[in-house]
Amino acid sequence: MSGPAGYRPAGTGGPFRQFLSDGWVATWRNLLKIKRVPEILVFTILQPIMFVLLFSQVYGGAMAVDNYTQFLMAGIFAQTVIFGSTFSGAAMAQDLKDGIIDRFRTLPMSPAAVLIGRTNGDLAINSISMLIMMGTGWAVGWRVTTSFWGFAGGVAVLLLFSYAFSWVMALLGMSVRSPEVINNAAFMILFPLTFISNAFVPIHTMPDVLRVIAEWNPVSALVESARQLFGNTYSEFPAAAAWTLQHPFATIFLGVAAMLVVFVPLCIRKFESISSR
Amino acid sequence: MTIIEARGLKKIYKAKTGAVHALDGLDLAIPSGTVKALLGPNGAGKTTAVKVLTTLIRPDAGTARIDGIDVVADPKAVRRIIGVAGQYAAVDENLTGFENLEMVGRLYHLGAKAARRRARELIEQFELTEAGNRPVKGFSGGMRRRIDLAGALVINPKILFLDEPTTGLDPRSRLALWGVIKNLVAEGTTLLLTTQYLEEADQLSDDIAVIDGGKVIAEGTADELKARIGGHRVEVTLVDAGDAARTADVLSRHGDGEASVSGDRRTVGVAVVDGPRALQFVLRELGDAGVELHDAGMRRPTLDDVFLKLTGHRAEEGQEDQQTEMENAR
Ligand SMILES: Nc1ncnc2c1ncn2[C@@H]1O[C@H](COP(=O)(O)OP(=O)(O)O)[C@@H](O)[C@H]1O
Ligand SMILES: [Mg+2]
Repeated sequence: MSGPAGYRPAGTGGPFRQFLSDGWVATWRNLLKIKRVPEILVFTILQPIMFVLLFSQVYGGAMAVDNYTQFLMAGIFAQTVIFGSTFSGAAMAQDLKDGIIDRFRTLPMSPAAVLIGRTNGDLAINSISMLIMMGTGWAVGWRVTTSFWGFAGGVAVLLLFSYAFSWVMALLGMSVRSPEVINNAAFMILFPLTFISNAFVPIHTMPDVLRVIAEWNPVSALVESARQLFGNTYSEFPAAAAWTLQHPFATIFLGVAAMLVVFVPLCIRKFESISSR
Repeated sequence: MTIIEARGLKKIYKAKTGAVHALDGLDLAIPSGTVKALLGPNGAGKTTAVKVLTTLIRPDAGTARIDGIDVVADPKAVRRIIGVAGQYAAVDENLTGFENLEMVGRLYHLGAKAARRRARELIEQFELTEAGNRPVKGFSGGMRRRIDLAGALVINPKILFLDEPTTGLDPRSRLALWGVIKNLVAEGTTLLLTTQYLEEADQLSDDIAVIDGGKVIAEGTADELKARIGGHRVEVTLVDAGDAARTADVLSRHGDGEASVSGDRRTVGVAVVDGPRALQFVLRELGDAGVELHDAGMRRPTLDDVFLKLTGHRAEEGQEDQQTEMENAR
């Protein structure tokens, strides 16, 4: 059967080209969203500037230690990119609510592409935030003391970790179906998670219980990795003796691999069964 | 040739109040190039049926084939040939009308250039020029609906599913949309459309399936359905609403089934087998009983009458709920 007059059969290009094209279209949609939603722009550009300035100037003075700004910067980077990953959760929940997921799911597109596009959106947000923070950090005296490759490696570790975390948040967003819940959960869970770590203070200053949590908190390993790569480690701020912090790269590599191996398939499976109510 | 076929579809949702049989053995067979209306009140299972047929949800039992392709076994092949507009407009708020349509075209893999060309055509055809270049956010419900419908038509699909396409539209937009749908059908598209409006089913479809409780309870053309409830209806309008009960008794005795009394208790009607004879008897008895009439006569039954007869309740009951359901869905 040929179909109605003007029928345009779908499907140019082979499966792989279609997959790449779907991924790009989904990414493009999320990039436009960054440009058009003021809240996202504020988070991406203004908040990082504010955090770098506030923490370095206010705490920097109180700590009365020379290298606090150097020590602090990787912590702020990590906190910001981890929060950046929650956009995937809120956006998947919103898309489900708006019914646009139903539209995607009746099109002959790759289901993974919607999720890849979304997590790429977070990656773009986080890349912009990183640039802004590094610029602001540089202005207040932050310096990378290793090489170009150390610098690039530090940025890559932060972005890679946050990218994998976006998939965790995406699954959460598709499961709770409410952007508000995602935003509240981010606030309630991610603030403690990023503060009970070595991001802002050295772990050895914490009471015992918090210290153990902080040592095994993956955020600590992430921050420690970035510090080592940027060359921002100092004897005033010793890394803890826990295995995770003695082997921060292995910890982060395992963490990222585990998040991707577990959550990418879970996300795709979830996506293939959801529909607006 | 049957192009949409469903056999024994079941879908059970677990709700707080117990299991909901949203589909309870639904059968459908729609010939290629025809328009089928699924007519049913709110909660009848229309949306669930559309979601199963368009690969959005898996049925718990039964099979469905679109153009011979099983919806569960090969959803992607089904998606290549269908166009869908769901009950609520599914558009990306942050994209313009044009970008929404371009995106849909690209996800159908028309290629970038063809997708843009097609988006431009649809923007013109649906008079969306105004919405074309501004983000959808902030546009009226009617405008979103049109963008959504245009999205369903990007490939001029051979099989189109429209779930309550005119619910919530003002009468003018509804008429305009009917025009668009009629044109499409004239080009040979097979259409499955759901509606709560009996008039709409009559206007747009070749064939109607009345559904209630997740299954088809009657099927046929509008005329066949009308014929099923008897040739005519006898209706009288009373001077004194107080006579309604007495009058209903008389009509029920001569009618094929129970008489119905209107909300203001001034109009009483009943389906009858032989209209002229029944009218004669009814008028004689009412005259003897001294009931004063404003008006009396017989008419062909409307689909509303069909619905009442088939389901035991009025279709309008569902329509009143519609508003609250729309609000809940926000
Ligand atoms: N996701 C769901 N979860 C629980 N119950 C549902 C769900 N979707 C539909 N239902 C129930 O299934 C029945 C049929 O719903 P639906 O197919 O939406 O009817 P219609 O479209 O004819 O109004 C209703 O009782 C509805 O409440
Ligand atoms: Mg419905």
